[in-house]
Amino acid sequence: MNKIYLDYSATTPMDKRVAQAMLPYFCDKFGNASSIHNFGQTAMAGVDKAREQAAKFLNCEPDEIVFTSGATESNNLAITGVIKALLRQDFGGQASKQQRIKNPHIITSSIEHPAILEPCKKLEKEGVEVTYLPVKSNGVVDIEKFKKAIKKNTALVSVMHVNNEVGSIQPIREIGKTIKKINEKKLKDWKKLNPKERGEKPQPIYFHTDATQSVNYLNCDVRWNYVDMLSMSGHKIQGPKGVGVLYVKTDVPIEPLQLGGHQENGVRSGTYNVPAIVGIGKAIELIENRKAKKQGKKKAGAAKSVEANNLKIAKLRNMLVDGIIKNIPNVVLNTDRKNAVPSHANFSFLGVEGESILISLDLEGVAVSTGSACASGKLEASHVLLAMGIKQEIAHSSIRFSLGKYTTEAEIKKVIKILPPIIKKLRRMSPEL
Amino acid sequence: MQYSKQVLKHFKNPHNQGNIKNADAIGQAGNLKCGDVMKIYLKIKDNKIKDIKFETLGCAAAIAVSSATTDMIKGKTIDEAKKLTKEKIIKKLGGLPPVKVHCSMLALEALHEAIKKYKS
Repeated sequence: MNKIYLDYSATTPMDKRVAQAMLPYFCDKFGNASSIHNFGQTAMAGVDKAREQAAKFLNCEPDEIVFTSGATESNNLAITGVIKALLRQDFGGQASKQQRIKNPHIITSSIEHPAILEPCKKLEKEGVEVTYLPVKSNGVVDIEKFKKAIKKNTALVSVMHVNNEVGSIQPIREIGKTIKKINEKKLKDWKKLNPKERGEKPQPIYFHTDATQSVNYLNCDVRWNYVDMLSMSGHKIQGPKGVGVLYVKTDVPIEPLQLGGHQENGVRSGTYNVPAIVGIGKAIELIENRKAKKQGKKKAGAAKSVEANNLKIAKLRNMLVDGIIKNIPNVVLNTDRKNAVPSHANFSFLGVEGESILISLDLEGVAVSTGSACASGKLEASHVLLAMGIKQEIAHSSIRFSLGKYTTEAEIKKVIKILPPIIKKLRRMSPEL
Repeated sequence: MQYSKQVLKHFKNPHNQGNIKNADAIGQAGNLKCGDVMKIYLKIKDNKIKDIKFETLGCAAAIAVSSATTDMIKGKTIDEAKKLTKEKIIKKLGGLPPVKVHCSMLALEALHEAIKKYKS
């Protein structure tokens, strides 16, 4: 039985060229990259190269790249690290009494990954104020609601680039621009004050985005997007598991979460995971090359978001969506194709529970997921679908198809063929309600 | 989380699936909001469960539990049926992932509901 993988949002198969790049760093170039001797420096050369590959892709400086164990750590570090640093600095510094803010305020969205939501909830318990932005019915944050949520003490905004469950693209560039304007105005007003009375510079708002799901498809240029921090993961981009990147702009204060070494300028201690770091660098480079090649050098900057790979995957995704809608009655497409990456198609099959569809498909060799793989240990309906205003019973019947680099037309055709009888059989088992 | 072979077997080809038109008792448990709904139909004669059918909207475990439970009840007396425990069902299925244990509760709930209705 030929297995079909439609769960690229959970993880991706590694590109063989990535594996090739990693291989020498297991047995031959095994040195500890922090060692001064030749063995160490040979390993460090691999880390340095990866750092440059990541920096080029994100359009930042190499020393603004922090290698982590994955996007979960990157997200935790961005949220908790910045807030702890601000609290430790006596948030607001020596600012005048009017400007001094005791409690930092975080704005995030209600559809973030748990790796953002849970650190936020933990900080909330410690007294930090958090606003969870609602989303529109298409799973996109409303920029106007974001603007209204900004407060005097807002210190950190974290909104994901692309949602992992439905694929909706968030307006991060608009959010970034808005924040930039606010920060500039704050600074301008401060400059007008009497130098003797104005105290320290006002506290800017920092903007973080979790770009785990967007790197394959969208422009992640941090300057173009006006972001101060960006998380990404290796294994979602045909790279290795257990490695991620956190871009941290030079002037963003961040406190480490783990101590005990000096790596990554003290922001992230721990022996360099050299093979994985080399691997994520290579995986990033392959995406960069693909985008540059298709666009031509002229457009390689801001407009590299739409390219041939996206079009190919979008075509297959549309084929899947159209095929399902045509062949199965009573389905709801939860992915708004106009505002989503080309990889995602999240469906609700009314009157059937999502997991039983997943298991049925798995028995036929097709891998999909319900909501997010991380939620598979839980029984609650997807928080993302609920935030989109979808009813519990409809959310329970959802299945996420996520396509990727190696998805073929034949695979999509096969899925369209085997899915209708599965849904029919499961619906027949359900009681009339 | 992994399902046992028995769970998958019951899920793939559930036993006693369907409904009974002139059932002597019907029991239902669960609700759409939590994602699982089970309905059990009983045909009872001389205090014995002559026939039993189920309809389930739920996860693979819920369907497998429904199938195994109806297997275990068919032909038993009402008193025997009432003695069925979730532990016995889980054992019969070769184990259930801990988060799925509540499914076995629902099957029993539906069964007890049906028996209660029959008696009243």
